[in-house]
Amino acid sequence: MQPLLRDACLDTLFMVWWSTVWAIIGGIPLGLLLVLTDRGALLQNVVVNKVVGAVVNLGRSLPFIILLVWLIPFSRLVVGTSIGPSAAVVALVIGAVPFFARLVETAIREVDHGLIEAAQSMGGGTLTVIFKVLLPQALPSLIAGLTTTVIALLGYSAMAGAVGGGGLGNLAITYGYMRHETDLMNVTILLLIAIVTVVQLAGDLVVRRLSHRSGRQAPAAGLRRLRSAAVPKPRTAPEAAEPTKAA
Amino acid sequence: MITTTGLTKVYRSRGREVTALDGVDLHVREGEVYGVVGQSGAGKSTLIRCVNLLERPSSGTVTVAGQDLTALAGRGSRAGADLRKARSRIGMVFQHFNLLSSRTVQSNIELPLEILGVSGKERERKALELLDLVGLADKAKAYPAQLSGGQKQRVGIARALAGDPKVLLSDESTSALDPETTRSILQLLRDLNQQLGLTVLLITHEMEVVKTICDSAALMKGGRVVESGTVSEILATPGSELAAELFPVGGEASGPDRTVVDVTFHGEAATQPVISQLSRTYNIDISILGAAMDTVAGKQVGRMRIELPGRFEENVVPIGFLREQGLQVDVADTKTAAPADALLKEGAK
Repeated sequence: MQPLLRDACLDTLFMVWWSTVWAIIGGIPLGLLLVLTDRGALLQNVVVNKVVGAVVNLGRSLPFIILLVWLIPFSRLVVGTSIGPSAAVVALVIGAVPFFARLVETAIREVDHGLIEAAQSMGGGTLTVIFKVLLPQALPSLIAGLTTTVIALLGYSAMAGAVGGGGLGNLAITYGYMRHETDLMNVTILLLIAIVTVVQLAGDLVVRRLSHRSGRQAPAAGLRRLRSAAVPKPRTAPEAAEPTKAA
Repeated sequence: MITTTGLTKVYRSRGREVTALDGVDLHVREGEVYGVVGQSGAGKSTLIRCVNLLERPSSGTVTVAGQDLTALAGRGSRAGADLRKARSRIGMVFQHFNLLSSRTVQSNIELPLEILGVSGKERERKALELLDLVGLADKAKAYPAQLSGGQKQRVGIARALAGDPKVLLSDESTSALDPETTRSILQLLRDLNQQLGLTVLLITHEMEVVKTICDSAALMKGGRVVESGTVSEILATPGSELAAELFPVGGEASGPDRTVVDVTFHGEAATQPVISQLSRTYNIDISILGAAMDTVAGKQVGRMRIELPGRFEENVVPIGFLREQGLQVDVADTKTAAPADALLKEGAK
């Protein structure tokens, strides 16, 4: 039983890790493109905006389980197999990129337009705006969005298990459900809860470290911050405390 | 230093056209502080955004420091390298400061230098020097969220100065601040104007700002400049709306047989105590109904509304006396103003 759990765990982590990496690589440029090509934005381009928007919506509108099955031939084409964690990663990436892209879009849109104007007034071009203003300013929101994406991917990866992807989801269904091994099912669930909690806490911690929006951060508050992070608190949206809006 | 000619901006949306700027000619001399006032929607914001072409004018030209920016703009909506270079020589300060919350104060000031490609050591030196200049030398490592509004605006000003601009644009830079902080920020702008010879173009809806630091001012209404000139020129203009806004005086006549007169003191006017002289010379009692006066460099500047006993016809001579002193006198009562002015002209003949 032990090696079974360990392998399933590693499979799940493998799937989540690689699909997250690709979600970042694909989602950030897509999200940026959605914002920048919008009407009145820096790279206004109605055609690109509509096409990217449609592609992202397509990915978002299909229920993941359908996407998973639909993509089986494509997975075979890309990784040479339609079963196992590697094949599942293909479907997970296709599902995660549009999901994260929308979250990136929201995060980037939250950046105050005045900051873009300020950068332009200093003589900054589009690249300056993207790399010195939009991405750094949106970073806390981006990390919060990434946390959500990773947790969603964990759920999706469990679904992938149902169609032969392996991992904890597969274990829970084949052993826990089909063979009535309730103990194994419960252990799997506890493991999933533990992973989600760790991811969420880590995400929150990073977000809090990155947002310099609350004025009460003393340099020596590192330990205290760590301790307060251990208390599960509803995630505070970083934009809620933005001072410039209130000013 | 800044000249706009026939500056027009028309916004088109869903077939409707909104004219935000309607042929604005503005001339800001080198080294002066020029204030543009007007109500919201008058086109002030569009105007100042057109000066560094954050907003593309529909027609007209903008010249800053001898450089025609509208010619640099090119056709596309994106700013070309030439325009961006020109912008880096024009500082801009914003109402809501627009500091990057993800960067420290020092790093915020270094941003324009990064854009200019200045090396790390030089950036740091310059940023610390500027922080010292605006009086925030101890806040280099703080984040904007840890600063008060006034301190944030000081950082905003330091940032605007990083590229050694000759011109500073201020877009309602004190409108989000309390009166006391407003005064200190205006003082800072004045100091910079005098120490660095910086030309400042500011837009504001607060007359107090114009009164405190502006050498010249313009009043905007419905996308047009309806009045402009140096502050004393404006004061010397009979019936000037801007003068009335800058130095508002109120008060109604206390009885029917009274004459209410607005007296405007502007720079060149007599430094003598004219009101008490008037009282003694003609042996009349004068009540002051309202006054908005400042003394600048030993000269009185402002307006005063006084009430003289008797009808207007009886006061032609005292009013003539005031005019002889170099003061500008307007009979305030709007109901009788037109015939009164006519009568006064006859009296002058």
